Amino acid sequence: MSDTFILDGDDVAFVPGQSVLQAALCAGRYIPHLCYHPEFKPHGSCKVCTVKANGGLGSRYASSCTLPAQAGLEVESATEEMNDLRRTLVQMLFAEGNHFCPSCEKSGNCALQALGADLGVMTAGFRHFYPDRPIDASHPDFLLDFNRCILCQLCMRASSEVDHKHVFVLSGRGISKHLIVNSATGRLVDTDIALTDKAAEVCPVGVILKKRVGFAVPIGQRRFDQRPISAQALDDAPRPSDTISGCAT
Amino acid sequence: MTQTLQTILARHQSEPTRLLQILCDVQQTFSWIAPETITTVASALSLPRARVEGVVGFYSFLHGDAPCRYRLLFSDNITDRMLGNQALITYLCEKLWVERGRISEDGLAYVETTSCTGLCDQGPALLVNGWAIPSLTRERLDVIAELVLAQTPVEQWPRDLFAVENNLRRADVLIGNLLQPGDALRAALFATSPRGGAAESAANARSWREGLPAAEQGPMDLLEEIKRSNLRGRGGAGFTTGLKWEACRNAPCERRYVVCNADEGEPGTFKDRVLLSTQADLLFDGMTLCAYAIGARGGEGGNGGNGGGSTHGFLYLRGEYRSLLEPLNEVLARRRAARLLGRDILGLAGFDFDIEIHLGAGAYVCGEESALIESLEGKRGVPRNRPPYPVTHGYLQCPTTVNNVETFCAAALVAAHGGDWYRSIGTAKSAGTKVLSVSGDCARPGIYEYPFGVTVSQVLADCGAGETLAVQISGPSGVCIAAPEFGRRIAFEDLATAGAFTVFNTSRDMFEVARNFAHFFAHESCGFCTPCRVGTAILSATMDKIAAGHGTLHDLAEIEGLDRVLNQSAHCGLGHTACNPTLDTLKRFRPSYQRRLKSLVFEPAFDLDGALAAARRMTGRDDAGAHLSMEAEI
Repeated sequence: MSDTFILDGDDVAFVPGQSVLQAALCAGRYIPHLCYHPEFKPHGSCKVCTVKANGGLGSRYASSCTLPAQAGLEVESATEEMNDLRRTLVQMLFAEGNHFCPSCEKSGNCALQALGADLGVMTAGFRHFYPDRPIDASHPDFLLDFNRCILCQLCMRASSEVDHKHVFVLSGRGISKHLIVNSATGRLVDTDIALTDKAAEVCPVGVILKKRVGFAVPIGQRRFDQRPISAQALDDAPRPSDTISGCAT
Repeated sequence: MTQTLQTILARHQSEPTRLLQILCDVQQTFSWIAPETITTVASALSLPRARVEGVVGFYSFLHGDAPCRYRLLFSDNITDRMLGNQALITYLCEKLWVERGRISEDGLAYVETTSCTGLCDQGPALLVNGWAIPSLTRERLDVIAELVLAQTPVEQWPRDLFAVENNLRRADVLIGNLLQPGDALRAALFATSPRGGAAESAANARSWREGLPAAEQGPMDLLEEIKRSNLRGRGGAGFTTGLKWEACRNAPCERRYVVCNADEGEPGTFKDRVLLSTQADLLFDGMTLCAYAIGARGGEGGNGGNGGGSTHGFLYLRGEYRSLLEPLNEVLARRRAARLLGRDILGLAGFDFDIEIHLGAGAYVCGEESALIESLEGKRGVPRNRPPYPVTHGYLQCPTTVNNVETFCAAALVAAHGGDWYRSIGTAKSAGTKVLSVSGDCARPGIYEYPFGVTVSQVLADCGAGETLAVQISGPSGVCIAAPEFGRRIAFEDLATAGAFTVFNTSRDMFEVARNFAHFFAHESCGFCTPCRVGTAILSATMDKIAAGHGTLHDLAEIEGLDRVLNQSAHCGLGHTACNPTLDTLKRFRPSYQRRLKSLVFEPAFDLDGALAAARRMTGRDDAGAHLSMEAEI
């Protein structure tokens, strides 16, 4: 018998050490999220997974990916208030970068696009920033299109935690924060990135693209063309039946 | 250059935790951080090159762009603006033949603005290669321009240019204390324990078991005294100091750290600068007492030197206060000689503690304690996820007590005079005194110390303010109040403040005040989380749109929406408070917004008709049909 917290009125079991989002996904409950990836330590930067938590000291808002699950915690996620917030955050990301979905190789496989569609985001809502972000096509195997970067740091985390390479790092601050690569020239070709790297496949949007495989799957038959991201995320989540899932049973 | 760089690296033992300190030294020595320097530093510290580059890119005072002999950064707080800094910036640019924001072609000079430099009582101010010059006038800028054009090294500039006043206007128990260096320490350590002798005290037993020093009065007695005083943190949040120290003491770990937050970045605040200049010994007494209470101690071979883990206290000094570094280091050296720091402090076997000063490099967010700790570790100053809190997982994941300069000073007073004495000052919920940094429209700007509970109108009368329209309490992240509220009190239960007290008279436009603060937050956002990174940029762009005469009611509604989003989801206090100045002034001074608005529900930020100008030029037309009609506005 494991501990439980309450998510939108229902009991959700958790293992001590799990965050609210991790436990919810294990239990087949979807909380929208973007910078969280089950294989990496959550860090809570996109804030899309924000929930309202009612505990001993009144209610507060917190990123569910980093909020430790606690017995008796009451969490509100599937509310109009939280989904309004999520829509605004997704709009902010669309306004911040240069996202031209119709011409993007990642269309249909892009988590930002899919999340926007799932949440019913129809426009960017805010004035576009149109940042000037040059692309880097120097590497024979990769194209880097920084225009689409949402600063989720997944490539960074994959490169350092899994590949032990530090190919991708952040520089700058505030709205000028940006991804850089680990080379004196600042070009990807002078880093030690390889096609087999975890960092090469983890980008949820269209920044890190492998060359010569573009449009291999036609638009319309891609990942999020078939099932919305809310369903896909649950398909991908660890299940209690998996032997090493880390889920509560 | 290579030799000098090697000397810098050697001075810091190529310690990765000292990366920011190394980069500060490199910046000061070479006036920029060249790409090849980044490569050398990275390899010496065994860090990925991009990580070093990422740190350079984070801090405002580290420049990786190009070499430049003189970087002249004007403080751009609202008080500097009120004193005419914009005209002075233009004046200096003309004198030097440079374009604002661009390094001159010959690499000689660069003129730009920076966030508040903590000289609001003697502005306008600027930093030249990191060194502060207050009280700018055209005459002083003439002198500066001549020195730059003659390429005189900054070290040889006349000393009086850099003379900073303390402007102490009102002293109470803290500023007026008569304690000698070490007095507070001796009072606490050698007092007779109220529990009847330290050795008998069960509460202290753990400390003795851990081999911590045994003074006449044990750490628990000191802790009790701090708790009894009701002292609360002076950095703004007001957490009870005794509870923080106790939590840190109770966190299991081999090492515990004491950190003084002297990263006083809130625009309008400068009291820590004056406390560091006039009360350094009291501050270091307070830090040493904290070390005793929480059980922080020097490691093996604790010689008070750098690195090696022998130093367990840090003072994080904001880069803008660079000129205080050497005087503070002299105080530390004097204290080591007097056995007030180092090994066996005051002859007490095993009481080892030393303090090391780390410099910041222009990042307001490092005033947030977990971001400060990241910065102390040599990283980008991004606030951490909490929990865990620094009291259990702070510097290098060890229990760490972070307190403001004024808090440590007050703690030393408590140790010297007792908790009951301290609690008798101020109000029931706010014990003791508060040091205010008063600036803006008043005859006598400067430092004012009052017992908690003083009214705003009392402070206004004392500083010689007349026709006051508004007061910004505790800077942009605090609250803006108007005349009907001047009877309110400075206290945690009413107007909590980190110390800034900025006065605006009736000639001021509060919209412009809020716009200045909106730009400040956008500039200082660390960029970690989406709402703050993008939201602060949207807010400042919207304020600019209103200022340019293109604002509508829709924009005001959008600001209220932004505030909700930032409060719900921003990662730290910077984002939570970023909309406060706008909403406060919107609530109290709505006409200054309204007279700028178009009578439309919505207007785009760009000028539709203006966008057709190129087409008109190309076709040679300027008739009515070549212009968009303004019907919508009628």
